[in-house]
Amino acid sequence: MYETNYHRAGSVAEAAEKMAGADDGKFLGGGQTLLPTMKQRLAAPSDLIDVTKIAEMKGICADGDGVSIGAATTHAEVAGSDLVKQTLPGLASLAGGIGDPAVRHMGTIGGSIANNDPAADYPAALVALGATVITSKRELAAEDFFTGMFETALEDDEVVVSVKFPGAAASAYAKYPNPASRYAMAGVFVAKGKDGGVKVAVTGAGQDGVFRMSAMETALAGNFSPDAVAGIAPNADDLLSDLHGSAAYRANLVTVMAKRAIAAAG
Amino acid sequence: MAVEGIGARALRKEDKRFITGKGRYTDDMTMPGMGFAAFVRSPHAHAKVTGIDASAALAMPGVDAVLTGDQLIGDGIGNLICGWMIHSKDGSPMKMGGWRALEPEIVRHVGQAVAVVVADTQAQARDAADAVVVDYEELPAVIDPLAALEPGAPQLHPEAEGNLIYDWEIGDEAATNAAFEKAAHVTRMEIHNNRLVPNAMEPRAALAGYDAAEEHYTLYTTSQNPHVARLVLSAFYNVAPEHKLRVIAPDVGGGFGSKIYIYPEEMVCLWASKRVGRPVKWVSDRTEAFLTDAHGRDHRSEAELALDADNRILGFRVKTVANLGAYMSLFSSSVPTYLYATLLSGQYDIPAIHANVKTVYTNTTPVDAYRGAGRPEATYLLERVMETAAREVGLSPAEFRRKNFIRTFPHQTPVIMCYDAGNYDATLDAALKAADYDGFAARKAEAASRGKLRGIGLSCYIEACGIAPSAAVGSLGAGVGLWESAEVRVNPVGTIEVLTGSHSHGQGHETTFAQLISERFGLDTDAVSIVHGDTDKVQFGMGTYGSRSGAVGMSAIVKALDKVEAKAKKIAAHLMEAAEGDIQIEGGELKVAGTDKKLSFTEVALAAYTAHNLPEGMEPGLKEGAFYDPTNFTFPAGTYVCEVEVDPDTGKTEVVSFVAADDFGNIINPMIVEGQVHGGITQGIGQALLENASYDENGQLLTASYMDYCMPRADDVPSYQLSTHVTECPGNPLGMKGCGEAGAIGSPPAVINAITDAIGNNGLSMPASPEKVWALCQAGMRQAAE
Repeated sequence: MYETNYHRAGSVAEAAEKMAGADDGKFLGGGQTLLPTMKQRLAAPSDLIDVTKIAEMKGICADGDGVSIGAATTHAEVAGSDLVKQTLPGLASLAGGIGDPAVRHMGTIGGSIANNDPAADYPAALVALGATVITSKRELAAEDFFTGMFETALEDDEVVVSVKFPGAAASAYAKYPNPASRYAMAGVFVAKGKDGGVKVAVTGAGQDGVFRMSAMETALAGNFSPDAVAGIAPNADDLLSDLHGSAAYRANLVTVMAKRAIAAAG
Repeated sequence: MAVEGIGARALRKEDKRFITGKGRYTDDMTMPGMGFAAFVRSPHAHAKVTGIDASAALAMPGVDAVLTGDQLIGDGIGNLICGWMIHSKDGSPMKMGGWRALEPEIVRHVGQAVAVVVADTQAQARDAADAVVVDYEELPAVIDPLAALEPGAPQLHPEAEGNLIYDWEIGDEAATNAAFEKAAHVTRMEIHNNRLVPNAMEPRAALAGYDAAEEHYTLYTTSQNPHVARLVLSAFYNVAPEHKLRVIAPDVGGGFGSKIYIYPEEMVCLWASKRVGRPVKWVSDRTEAFLTDAHGRDHRSEAELALDADNRILGFRVKTVANLGAYMSLFSSSVPTYLYATLLSGQYDIPAIHANVKTVYTNTTPVDAYRGAGRPEATYLLERVMETAAREVGLSPAEFRRKNFIRTFPHQTPVIMCYDAGNYDATLDAALKAADYDGFAARKAEAASRGKLRGIGLSCYIEACGIAPSAAVGSLGAGVGLWESAEVRVNPVGTIEVLTGSHSHGQGHETTFAQLISERFGLDTDAVSIVHGDTDKVQFGMGTYGSRSGAVGMSAIVKALDKVEAKAKKIAAHLMEAAEGDIQIEGGELKVAGTDKKLSFTEVALAAYTAHNLPEGMEPGLKEGAFYDPTNFTFPAGTYVCEVEVDPDTGKTEVVSFVAADDFGNIINPMIVEGQVHGGITQGIGQALLENASYDENGQLLTASYMDYCMPRADDVPSYQLSTHVTECPGNPLGMKGCGEAGAIGSPPAVINAITDAIGNNGLSMPASPEKVWALCQAGMRQAAE
């Protein structure tokens, strides 16, 4: 690891102020991606601004018929929340399947979505559930927030404060993990809105990060069953291909995981 | 603790410190004023080094020195060597290319060291290593071993024309060819044994110090064999004379073979400690470990099995190309020859075998022995072919094997080995029963109802441990003898220190070896200390690898114990005025048979050291040493049965049951043996399903971290069903065979045989990644549809 300056911010305003004063600063959430990257000397921020102790960025509360989750809330807290389990069981199960227990007790929802790893789990939930990302500057619809692989709409001095999820009639997530890293090779989040509309979002497979499967959504609107999507797969040309899985294999996994998520959503 | 002798499931004495974080590993050691080393490594697989500019690095804070290969050579430091001479079939010696610890001219694999920085702190050393500017002129690289043998392939070493190190053979080619001419059926397969990275939990490390006044060196290092390290460092690398070099391997956190060898980094630290004038520490990070720890396996083979009309084996013909990487590591030449092709007879009576092995240089990390070393490659080859042949001729794989078992011993195979004892029916029967082999069809049908493809696979392995009579291995090219030494030192108060040349890197020697003493004298195991891993304390030793510490290391202890016992009995007889033959040792006492006269072990030990009243002419003291040279290899064997369920939608394989029935000969501590088998099987399942060192065409290791290199985890394996079945090894005093590698040797073919059975497609290579298995399932479904 290269030398870096560590700051602990007490408020969102202070975090922004510290960032403005830094040469090449980075906001630090649970550090589950950033710190290993720094340890490998692949990243060398001049300053780390730790936002996990900011009170307004922590905790889970009911918000209308949905839930609002502070950006500094850990995956374990989301997975263990009775409110989330009752309101959005798919989201709770997704959080409970991220990484391993150590990761889940350090990693945060804000850190995960701000990093927007194409194989991270949360982006699929945010997009399928139609979540709103509340930042230090504005509110963004999830689909506008995620802009590409490791890319978001966040500006350099902008930090995620919370994520607001509307309620859903049903939700479920199924992922096929990379055998080595256990990141998603294909993760599919299926959400049935209270209005009956269905959204299907895919992570782990797309070259540009999370994407929606509109063909599946259409098919499910009339027939919310695994069979409805059995013949629907994304175009392999748009998918990732690497050591662990070709694009064709990932395309298949998207279909299989979609079926499993739909079955789990009931 | 208590008196826990042979057969007791004694808890491991060493675990108290290991599980409370009190182990002392090389990185825990310090020396006053020590600096830290960081290596400058090649980013290219093959390149000329055209310039090294260290000026910026030397100007950085805390930096003592930047050393390069020119300085190393200038100081007379020798090349790294391979210590086992193999001759090609034309009689010519193997072609060993030069390997310098710091390369000044041509780098031959990614990660090869070209310079070292020594600085006050590890961070300063790393920062400065980043600032060393090395100019390279890239050369074409060759990664694939078969491509390396093609005409026009990039050449690695001038010594090895066409990248061929040797072209070796074993067995009777004419007799084997004749067997194929009269065969009723021939099974042919191409088999790839995938390259693995050892991944010991503790990475390699070194701490070297030089005492200028005494002209004496001390090296703490992560070694499975510190005496061999000292010998090689002095005799071949010319770093320090043997009597001026102390090598200490403290607690060692795993090795699997990778810590047998003497690597550039450890040697450079030793050399640099004198050159820079301060102790030098280096600890490998995980990326360096992936790039520089000797890899394992990497064989490409063609195998043919000839059967007669009654499905008895007539002959076995094998051609193998083994990838040794960019340089010949210490024992690399022996692995694909005498540790591999000599096991190709397996458990079967095969009249004729011929194997041809070519070894090749490629621009990859050097390859050497890794848990099993040659024997997993032989077992995988033979057991895949046996299973396939059984399917082709329509016999049950179990019965086909049984039909061809060796049943009389000793049995001379056509490939050097003479099996001394075994009972292959016993382990096969036990495994089939434990696995409920006969009930498989019902389980398969039940799995099918859940949409899963269930398969069952066997592997009947044999291996050779306790390598081996020194004269025999010498005649086969080994540069060292493979005996072991021990010293049993009884203290005046009757406690005992056993100094052994074996060195534990996780095997539990401190417990198992103490059980021997407990058994012999009826003493508490807490009264026994095992001393190992320090060349200043232990007389000499060949170290721990090849499952040899039981069969060879403990045999040496037994010989020393025999001498101690004889002397103690003489003293006791003298003191109690009895005949020596009437003295019996029981429960920590020396008794005169048939009387109530007795002396405690402590009283006899004290008498030996006070020397007030010893038999006429006897030397004082109670301390004896012994060297034990084995009379033969030992031959552990067994049957493994694996059952899998494949999800045809994703190609994911779940190992749902795994049965191991092993014959390790006599067992000292069943709990520790079970632990060895568990670890070995898990590594074997890792090789079969998950692990693969994968290079791109430019020689970049794609799997250089745990993000991409998949180690087996607890949820990848089932709970194992183990049993042991003893045929005593006649070759050593304890009747032991060895158990350290069997799990890794026997398990991969069982897994692959099970998957190929499940999916009905035999064209599967390791690792059986989900995508590969899925693709074969898809192909099968397409075929079925047509």
